[in-house]
Formats: sequence, C-alpha cells, structure tokens
Amino acid sequence: MVAAVMSAAAPGTARRRTWLTNVNAWLLLLPALVLLAAFTHYPILATLYHSFFSLGRSGPAEFVGLDNYTYMLEDDVFWQVLRNNLFFALATVPTSIALALLMAVWVDRKIAGRTFLRLAFFTPTVLPMIAVANIWLFFYTPDYGLLDQFLKSLGFSGHNWLGDPSTVMNCIAVMVVWKEAGFFMIFYLAALQTIPPELKEAAMVEGASRWYFFRRVTLPLLMPTTLFISINALINSFKLVDQLVIMTKGGPNNASSLLLYYIYEVAFTFWDTTYAATLTVTLITILAAVALTKFVYLDRRIHYQ
Amino acid sequence: MSEIVVSAVSKTWGGVGGVNRISFKADAGTLLVLLGPSGCGKSTTLRLIAGLEEVDSGTITIGGRDVTHLSPAERRISMVFQSYALFPHLNVAENIIFGLRVRGVGRAERDERLKRVADIVGLSHLLDRKPSQLSGGQRQRVALGRAIIAEAPVCLMDEPLSNLDAKLRHEMRTEIRSLQQRLGMTMVYVTHDQTEAMTMADRVILMRDGVIEQNGAPHELYNHPASDFTARFIGTPPMNIISWRDGSLLGVRPEHVSIVESGGVPATVKATEYLGADSIVLCEVEGETMAIRQPGFCQLHAGDKIGLGWQDRHIHLFERTSGKRRDAGAPRH
Repeated sequence: MVAAVMSAAAPGTARRRTWLTNVNAWLLLLPALVLLAAFTHYPILATLYHSFFSLGRSGPAEFVGLDNYTYMLEDDVFWQVLRNNLFFALATVPTSIALALLMAVWVDRKIAGRTFLRLAFFTPTVLPMIAVANIWLFFYTPDYGLLDQFLKSLGFSGHNWLGDPSTVMNCIAVMVVWKEAGFFMIFYLAALQTIPPELKEAAMVEGASRWYFFRRVTLPLLMPTTLFISINALINSFKLVDQLVIMTKGGPNNASSLLLYYIYEVAFTFWDTTYAATLTVTLITILAAVALTKFVYLDRRIHYQ
Repeated sequence: MSEIVVSAVSKTWGGVGGVNRISFKADAGTLLVLLGPSGCGKSTTLRLIAGLEEVDSGTITIGGRDVTHLSPAERRISMVFQSYALFPHLNVAENIIFGLRVRGVGRAERDERLKRVADIVGLSHLLDRKPSQLSGGQRQRVALGRAIIAEAPVCLMDEPLSNLDAKLRHEMRTEIRSLQQRLGMTMVYVTHDQTEAMTMADRVILMRDGVIEQNGAPHELYNHPASDFTARFIGTPPMNIISWRDGSLLGVRPEHVSIVESGGVPATVKATEYLGADSIVLCEVEGETMAIRQPGFCQLHAGDKIGLGWQDRHIHLFERTSGKRRDAGAPRH
C-alpha cells in the first residue's frame, strides 16, 4: 500500500531504486556465479553436448545422436567396471559406516587414553590416498609383504593378493574402509556429543538398558548423520580412484577398475574424448540420482533436531 | 508408604562441591522442597536420591528399603528434568509411554494408562506431535506425564519450572501441587525460587554450600529463620538485616516496619516501587538499606526524611559472626 502510494508520487525514483537494489544483489552473487558457471555448469553442459558427437579425428565432429550411448551399453568393460563399482560401494559404504559408529561410541565414553584413541582412529584420514596406497601396496606385496609374512609365520603359503582377480577388489575395499572410517567417526562423534546426557539419565530412570537406549534413542538421533555419511561414502566410492593408479591400474584384466578410473583411461590413454564424455554423463546421472534420493525421499523420513 | 530417609550422606568431586553429611526425611505423600542458591548441593542431593550419582558415604532408604547402592530403575522413582529430557524423535505418546515399553507393559494396558495420563496433563489432543512442535508449557506437561504414568510412589523434580515464563510457572506450580496431592506421591522438588518453595511445599529444606541451613515448614522458615542466611533468602523483598549493638544483627520483615511521626529511627527515602496492592519503599538507615512495605500507592519521594519504627515481637536477632539466630534478650529500639 505504502509502496504503491510512493511510486504513484514519484514513479521514476522508486523504479530507479528497485533497479539499483537488483544490480547490487547480482553484483554480490557474481563471484560465486562466475566460478560455478565456469567450472561446474559449463563443463557439465559441454560434456553432455560432446557425448552426442563423433570424435572427429578425421574431419569435423558430427552429430551422432545416441550412438555413443548405444556403444556404451554394448561395451563389456563398461558393464564390468560398473559391476566392480557397485560391489566396491556395497563393500565399503556399510562397513566403514558401521566401523565409524563403533569407534565413535567407544571413544565417546570416558575411558583412559581417549584422546590418543581418537587421534589414532583419525590418522588414516590425514594421510593422502597416494601415500596410503603405497603403504598398503607393501602390505599386499607377494611373499615379502607384511600380510604374506604374517601368513607364512602361521604356516600358510604366499599369495599375489593384488594380482588375483578374485581377491584384488576385496583388498582395495579393506584399505578404503581403513582410510574412510576414521573420517566418518568424527561426524558420529560430533553428533553423539550433541545428544543431551539427560536423555540417557531419563532412560536410566525408566530402566532402559544401554542397548535399548542405543537402539531406540541414540541410533534414531544419529540418523541425519548416518544419511549424510552414507551419501558422502557412496559418492566417494565413485569418485576416489587414486589408489588404482598406484596399486593396480585397474588390473588384472579390469578386475579392480572403477567407473571413474575407466573414464580417465578412455579420455587420457585412449584419447576417446567423446566416449569419455558419454561415460561421464552416466556417472553424473548416477551421482545425481543418489543425491536426489537423499533430498526427496530420505530427508522426510528422518528426524532432524 | 514411601517415605524417603537420607542419613549422613556425603558426595564430593575431588573435594569440590557436592554435599556434606546431610540428613533429612521426606514423609510419605508430602512435597519436600530442596531450596538454595546455585551450587548449594540441592541438585546433587536429588541426583543422589535418584541414583544418578553414587554416594561417597551415608545411606538412602525409600519406603523402608535401603536403595543406597541400587540403580535408578530399581529405586522405583520417576523424575522430571530441568530440560525435560524429552526424546526429540518420538512423539508425545511415545515419550510418555517410553518407560512402559521398556518394562514390556502390554499394549492394551499401555493405551489405557496413556489415555488416563494424557487426560490428567491435558495433552490428549497433542499425542501425535513431536516435542519440537510444542510450547514450553506443553513440553513440561509431557515430562510430567512421563513421570506420573510410571505410577511410582516417589517423584523427583529438578527445577521443572525454571524454563517457563512467569505466568505459566504460576499455573504449573498449582497444577503440580494438586497432582501430587491427588496421586498421593512423595515428591522431592528442587528449586532456587523461594516463592515456588513457599507456595508448594509441605516442608522446605534450605541448603547452602553442601549443608542444610534450615529444615522446616514454609511458615517456620519465614517466621523463625534459623540464620541470617535463611532470613535473607526467604521473602520478597527479603528480611532487612542491619547491624545492631553487641555484635549482633537485627532483622525485621519489610511488612513489619512502619513509618512513624516522631521518635523513630531516622531514614532517607532512596526509591519507591509501586506493586499495585502495596509499595516497597527503599530507605537508607545509617549507611544500610532497608525495605518497607506500605499498603497501596506511596507518596514518598527520593530524598524525603522519615522515621521508622517496629514492634519488638517482630524482630529477629542473629549472631554477627555465625549468623545463627539468637532468641533471648531482644533489645528495645
């Protein structure tokens, strides 16, 4: 009402003021907008665009429609790395979450050496993946690696852990769990410390056992954290491939290759950039679907404080 | 019945805080208030009765049963926490029946008891809400509901009203008191608010630095304070305490001081507070401040010179050093 009266009195001034406010707002948004557009949105759109074109090694790139996608669906290696990636996600995500929760509950209690334990659990997170992969490469080395030396002392024979397609994926999964669990523990620890101690006392007065309290109160209250961690873990399982570069290069016979590593190979070893673009679009779609599940479905079912 | 007897109970944390050899008894079906300033040990005492803290020495019995080393659940008590301690992810109904679920009470009985308790605390229409969707007063009622559904003979309350606004506090005060009397619970109620203590309690225990300063009915604490600490703690405004002759302190309640035409103790008005039914006049008497309660609106202004008087039967004398009440030899003013 007031604004209407004012603009009736001086329409020019009011319009000018609105315009200035808008310019101001856009200027404030500009830095973030430029960075996001240049390094996130444009590359995604460009990738999507290239995935519909031929490589153009001998002449200009031509529009080929869904040909690249058809090729992908017929590509055995693609299906193999996708299967590998799903196995890898299923093996690492629940394990690292369970382990993180266990460690967090343990170091949340008042025990001697608590700080030292927390630090110990968190140390793998601080190390870069490249370094971790090199350490574990030594563990898994046939015959004189730590694992084989230990097994030999128990009377078992040596094994080429990373060279055997049936063991390589498990070996890498164990290492990744070791590296990731400590990081997730920190989130659980923070969440545990936001649960008021009176809740525990109230439950004690009612006669609830520790397990009952954990199941009926702690676990539900940690659900937002669990969701957050599981989304991150899932995305990490598609996105962390440094270890492959050091340890296996995706071998033997693609047994340990993951989707992102395959994209890297296709793009920078085979220089098939349009096919790499096609695979990238597929990867982004998978990750977007994961994120969407979180925002649309799971968020409604979880209690946020 | 379930009387609570605390005998010679001590608890410290490495010599800091806690309580020191306190003994008292809460009669069955009565409301006992533990009153005192923060850090006096009243909450510790309550937590010791609840079993949330372990005593260093002494014994606690509830209903004749020694519970000193039993877990909170084994003591058959219910408790209301200052923060209410509601489970944020559970709705009102689930919060109230939490303990019944723990103890495996059958569904039919659970529903029946929930219905009854929800009626008592007036939450029947809110059973599906989460605590975050409730007002402070409603949360308080949920905590109350959770405490009374257990049908425990003893109910412990740790400053249950301190998070509510003044009007609600007044309402809940009356409600808790009538609930306690209706259900015949033995209630131990911790508060730092002396008005709450005076209005609700059958018996008040005033604590200070981990020991009991005075244990008595509200009118005893008001009319016969055992020390100048009690005198200063009870009453709004509290008792006036001024230095008196031969190493003593003289105390007189604001409502017992009157303004006299001549021959009174000379005083200067510093300020007046108009409260509606009466006014509080703050005066300066020989460098000390005294409050006087005057009926209705008071016409005095700051700087006015007046004379004050009081009757001998209204004065209280305390030792200056120990603060203890001195009963004999009331002086004339």
